[in-house]
Amino acid sequence: MSLLDVQNVTKTFGGLTAVNDVTFQVPERSIISVIGPNGAGKTTFFNLITGIYTPDTGNIKLGGRELIGLRPDQVVEAGISRTFQNIRLFPSMTAEENIMLGRGVRLKSGYWDAILRSSKFKHDEQEAVDTARLMLDFVGLSKWRNELSTSLPYGDQRKLEIARALATTPKLILLDEPAAGMNPRETEDLKALIRAIRDELGVTVVLIEHDMRLVMTLSEYITVLNYGSKLSEGLPHEVRNDPAVMEAYLGRGTAAGEYGKEAQA
Amino acid sequence: MTTLPTTPAPLKVRPGGGDRTWALLAYTAITAALLIFMRSTIADGPMKLLQPVLFGAFLLSMLFAYQWKAANWAKTIVYITGIVFVLPFMGRENASYFDLVIQILIFSALALGLNIVVGLAGLLDLGYIAFFAVGAYLWGIFGSPQLGQITGNAAYAHGLNPAYFWLFIPLAVALAALVGVLIGLPVLKLKGDYLAIVTLGLGEVIRIFANNLPITNGPQGIDGIESAPVPWLDKIAGSLGFAPEQHKLFFLYILVLAVISLIVLVNRRLDRSKIGRAWIAIREDEIAAQAMGVPLLRTKLLAFASGASFAGAMGVIFAAKQAFIDPTSFNYFQSIGVLSMVILGGMGNISGVILGAVVVTMLNFTVLPTLSEVLQAQFPNINQNLDPSKYQRFIFGFVLVFMMLFRPEGLLPSARHQVEMHQDDPPAGSLSADNHLQEGTGEGEVLSPGFATRGENERTGSEK
Repeated sequence: MSLLDVQNVTKTFGGLTAVNDVTFQVPERSIISVIGPNGAGKTTFFNLITGIYTPDTGNIKLGGRELIGLRPDQVVEAGISRTFQNIRLFPSMTAEENIMLGRGVRLKSGYWDAILRSSKFKHDEQEAVDTARLMLDFVGLSKWRNELSTSLPYGDQRKLEIARALATTPKLILLDEPAAGMNPRETEDLKALIRAIRDELGVTVVLIEHDMRLVMTLSEYITVLNYGSKLSEGLPHEVRNDPAVMEAYLGRGTAAGEYGKEAQA
Repeated sequence: MTTLPTTPAPLKVRPGGGDRTWALLAYTAITAALLIFMRSTIADGPMKLLQPVLFGAFLLSMLFAYQWKAANWAKTIVYITGIVFVLPFMGRENASYFDLVIQILIFSALALGLNIVVGLAGLLDLGYIAFFAVGAYLWGIFGSPQLGQITGNAAYAHGLNPAYFWLFIPLAVALAALVGVLIGLPVLKLKGDYLAIVTLGLGEVIRIFANNLPITNGPQGIDGIESAPVPWLDKIAGSLGFAPEQHKLFFLYILVLAVISLIVLVNRRLDRSKIGRAWIAIREDEIAAQAMGVPLLRTKLLAFASGASFAGAMGVIFAAKQAFIDPTSFNYFQSIGVLSMVILGGMGNISGVILGAVVVTMLNFTVLPTLSEVLQAQFPNINQNLDPSKYQRFIFGFVLVFMMLFRPEGLLPSARHQVEMHQDDPPAGSLSADNHLQEGTGEGEVLSPGFATRGENERTGSEK
């Protein structure tokens, strides 16, 4: 059974159909990519899954549980976590605090526990710190622990965002262009990290990505969106050779272009 | 608590530097001695101008004790000297000092409450004084002859037994928190400017209610509000040489100190907890906070209710201290006043906010009035339009403008806010310059519908 099950989801903004009747399945412990030209509706699709937008029609289920109608924070609690295309770390918090914030959703102590410093509270704080250390270690950012998140190098900020998302112990993590702005070496590191997320933590990964080399070598399955609709899906080599995909990226009659070269690579 | 290895390493707030134990003790001794020995010299005439100067200089010693690197025993001595000896002593000599200190502490508590709402959670509340009014009127109505007039019951001709004062402090906390939640529920879906305008309106609504309802006695206000009877404390005060009419101030001084200690404690503990982190996250990036599992409405309501409850408690004490309240104590300018304490002192930083309260309260209650008094005594024929107390708000506004231009993070900024205020400054290292370049090339931001609509959502708050 698939972990995430999206059935015929549609979302319109005024006259614009951002996501049009998309059906999408994610098997457990897989790495899936969603690609498509700019404006294809990929991020909107993520926003629908994470509850930031509510679809006009369709169903979204995680492990059989309906997600539509849940607030974004409830979706996180249900087990879906995400990163953002334009990095959204909390600038005045240290790397550690950013991750501790992410852990908050799994902590049970409340308002009065915090005021009275109950044993439940102390236990929770310890858990948050432990999680932060573990996650920083996992993504290889231990040395930045007490640095402000915004003072980290760009590539490390992306990794920190991933660590923060992982701190919520998700079943599924959605990565929105994790390699954007990274140099080839950082991208290689990222690839290893994404594999480790799946292999070591057992977390299913869905990513939006423009770096075709990364997508083609990493994903087990690819879905292509164009103008909000699903254009194609399949194994990497199937998608790469799909004429409809070539056309969407390059335009009709164009012989070769940047993406074409990369897709062939 | 110190054994808890959990609190994240503190951000560097204060610059290091040598040990200043002796400097601290010397400063405290000198300012305290000046204040005490010059008290009769500065009681009248043009020398009166020195009053707020010396008093302020002395109060600074406690700030230094908090900020400077010095031995703990020295700090303790400074606190005890100030709180236990010098302030009550000055209060005994001249009740206006007591009045001022209590006023400062009440406003500090208000500023600390608003600091949670504005400084931590980033919700601009321009009607905060309404919660103060809720507490003040709650005790004002029940603790005064007003109750007898409303009920027409002769048994309540002097209000409830003043001993109920103790019950009404927690009651006011609960009621103010409840009002905070009720106001917050519909309002907190709005963001930024919209929230500010609506809270401004709701703050005025509460004042207008007070101004027009029969139970609040309208614009005439409520008189004869009692304070709790504490015979044992009065006895102590008497044996310390306080005049009988000062006993109430002596009691309120101790009470306000106790309440504010509690408020500071609660403030600190909330700040360093999951809830504090959630507040900061919401302030910095609501969408990211929610995407990391922070329930927005609940967390904002907690901030609103916490801030409101502090104001509620202080409202009761304020009513007892003044013995008379009317709607003018709770107008829009009071909200702005408390907000400027928070901003002037340093948003998000407890000691900064208290410093802000000290500065603003002293400016309003002693510096400017004393200045105008002295000027009038020296130049009796002065044009009435040049009276400095008439320019109170002008001067105050000027101070705020200058602060915002030259030190927008406040006198004692929290490390977090300092980061925010200066994150757009030119990057110091080439590393961060690189980051800016890379961010600039981040593609798809405009074209992606997900983010193209973000701005719109921020304006209308239509997101859930």
